[in-house]
Amino acid sequence: MLALEFDETKCANCKAVSCLVKCQYIDLDKDKAKIEWQKVIKGEDSPVLDACTTCYACEEYCPFGNHPFYLIVERQEERGMFTAPRPITKQWINMCEPAGKFRLGKVKEQALSFCFIPALRSLARGRLFESALPSWILGAEFFCNVVYLHFAKTSVIKDRLPKITENIEKQGIKELICLHDECYGSFNSLAPAYGIKVPFKTTHYFEYLYNKLKEHKDAIKPLNVEVAYQRNCSARLVPETDHFVDDIFGLIGVDRVEREYDGENALCCGEIIRMVKGYKLADDVQKRNIDDIVNAGAEYCVFNCPFCYMALAEKMAKRGIKPIHIIDLCKLAIGEKPALEVG
Amino acid sequence: MSDMYEALVKIVGKNYVSNQKEERYFYGRDPGLMSPHEPDYVVMPRTTEEVQKIVKLANKEKIPVVPKGGGLALTGLVIPLKGGIVMDMKRIDKILEVNERARYVIVEGGTTEGGLKSYLEKHHPSLRHSIPDAPPIATVVANAVIHGQGRLTQQYGFNSDMVTGLEVVLPTGEICRIGSCSISKYWFSRGAPMPDLSGLFLGWLGTTGVITKMGLKLYPRKKIRDVEVFVTDKEDLVPDILFKLTHTEMVEDINIWCQPHPPMFRENHHVTILITGDSEEELQFKKKMIWDALQEYIDSKDGGFMWVMPDAKPTFLEMPLESLSKFADVRKGGGFEYSGPIVLAEDYPECSRKLAELAVKYKLTYSGMVRVIGRSHCIMFGFAYTFNRADLDEMDRVRKALHEVAEFALEQGGTHWKPTVDEQKMMMERMDPDTLKLMGKIKGLLDPNGIMNPRNWEVG
Repeated sequence: MLALEFDETKCANCKAVSCLVKCQYIDLDKDKAKIEWQKVIKGEDSPVLDACTTCYACEEYCPFGNHPFYLIVERQEERGMFTAPRPITKQWINMCEPAGKFRLGKVKEQALSFCFIPALRSLARGRLFESALPSWILGAEFFCNVVYLHFAKTSVIKDRLPKITENIEKQGIKELICLHDECYGSFNSLAPAYGIKVPFKTTHYFEYLYNKLKEHKDAIKPLNVEVAYQRNCSARLVPETDHFVDDIFGLIGVDRVEREYDGENALCCGEIIRMVKGYKLADDVQKRNIDDIVNAGAEYCVFNCPFCYMALAEKMAKRGIKPIHIIDLCKLAIGEKPALEVG
Repeated sequence: MSDMYEALVKIVGKNYVSNQKEERYFYGRDPGLMSPHEPDYVVMPRTTEEVQKIVKLANKEKIPVVPKGGGLALTGLVIPLKGGIVMDMKRIDKILEVNERARYVIVEGGTTEGGLKSYLEKHHPSLRHSIPDAPPIATVVANAVIHGQGRLTQQYGFNSDMVTGLEVVLPTGEICRIGSCSISKYWFSRGAPMPDLSGLFLGWLGTTGVITKMGLKLYPRKKIRDVEVFVTDKEDLVPDILFKLTHTEMVEDINIWCQPHPPMFRENHHVTILITGDSEEELQFKKKMIWDALQEYIDSKDGGFMWVMPDAKPTFLEMPLESLSKFADVRKGGGFEYSGPIVLAEDYPECSRKLAELAVKYKLTYSGMVRVIGRSHCIMFGFAYTFNRADLDEMDRVRKALHEVAEFALEQGGTHWKPTVDEQKMMMERMDPDTLKLMGKIKGLLDPNGIMNPRNWEVG
């Protein structure tokens, strides 16, 4: 059985206990946080396990890369906890079970991964994807499975992720361009944390977009708009990719507004919180986030994750903010039509 | 018989009568599993007077008459089991009047559900009727006659409960008006405060007369509709969930469904909750009432609200639901039939277990489809099995499964809805003898020659 590579000594020497102290949903000072975190490490009862909203943020807060969130999930599952209601958990597990219904383009050594999200296929059109597009994969057989962290089901990931990497390798893929941020997080954070071998190179689509935009530099007409960026949960697994957001914005003439809930302090889309903690907290998170964007004077809200888009696009549009996926924003900058629209 | 053909031509014109093989073939069957039986004639009248003349002729010649709407009941209710005349009502399809303030409509006997929906959307956008999840060619009158249910059934009961008046051609040819329209130009009540005679026709499956006009209640159409889907893996909790949901009185319609395909739906029971409002505030208020009502199941982790993503919402919100017809073709070959007994909500767990048990026993693909009637006063539990029409063995297995459902439903204390002739017999065998005698007296009085849709509700 795959085991989490977790180093207790790093936590023993940690003075900041940022994983809990910085948490936006758990209110603990350093001393109490230290005590509670030790309980989590030892597998004892801790209110942390119940209070966790599964926002993934502690993965980013830990300065040692010691995977505090993965440990929380391990402990939750060991105790038989359900973060979301049991039938909802079953539904999500059943929904993404590989059933031999995957779809393929003309797969080459470099391929685009649409994960198990058909919307990504609609997004990846136009000149920016011309050369890469014939080569793509889509289906539960290539689904990254990170989402089960939200459901305290690391066991599903441990079971499925090695097979997923095998499935991708079997296609002869040497470089996978991950259009879903969570896929990139899966192969670059989760897999190494569990010692799962990833036998192909992975490229985050931010990097791909950045390079393609540079290739099409002459076609770019600066958008000259102020935008807010909606940072998603899985971005916490791979914060090293974040700089590409500003790099891309720089290329296409977009200003990122300063706001409270950005960077490390970002708020997630809230829909997972709705499932695991109920509507009151979810509504509060979404309202604070949208208020913040409105108050910051942004014209657009730029999304990385298609699910965040589905969760927030309509709500933002009703408040006068234009929701747009970052791929669509790039297409807009070179005069192409966005794929995702509200309503 | 050629005299009869000529007589019918004289009434409706030659374009609207047929005794040809093609029409007799088509009108001799329905989309369900019942064996076909061809009529001798098919006739399409245009007016009440034409209906009257046809019925008088048939009564004189003692020839069966089967009035037909969309013919979609699946249980053989418009198959002419003793031949005779199938009277297709589709040409009598005018929408005669909408009283916007009193919120009722008067339609002719063949007006379709789709036609009425479109008409109201165009001309009376603040009003709606209780549209059933049947194809749009289903007719308003036939739906009420079989005690159909629709999108407003949770709030206002069976669609037949919404009838406000009738015009009926009796089997002996008289034209009767039932309700306030019998003494007034207004069709606001089907009986009260007078004796309610509508019960002589509703539920009788066309065996006591031909309904040529019907008044029907309309209801406010709210500006916004939305959907929530509550999911549980414990069927035993469903009755209590329904009780709590209906207590809020915040819901437009409640459907429950369970099915093993696609995989994301297996093991769970899904309660579709439709909500309406004239503003976002109203909608949010209702949603919060609903969420709070079910919070205890969320806390216990036994149930939760599924994330219905924006692109999935139209599937739940469309009227009628297209997904039902997709289910009909799951096995390819376009076969689908369900038995939909009316039972208590507390029977849901037993029914859902029986549904799955029979699917295993007869190797069938199934779906359970439930509509809540009233404030959980009862439910229609649809035991639906799909089959390939080219697979006779599979069709036979579905027949056997549905026969077991029919026996099971009565054992549970339920009644059959839009029953087949066999199911009617099963109910009459169990019926209080004096009640059965009363039915026989009514039928004998109204249809002394037994010409109307014979073999249905045939007492003794």
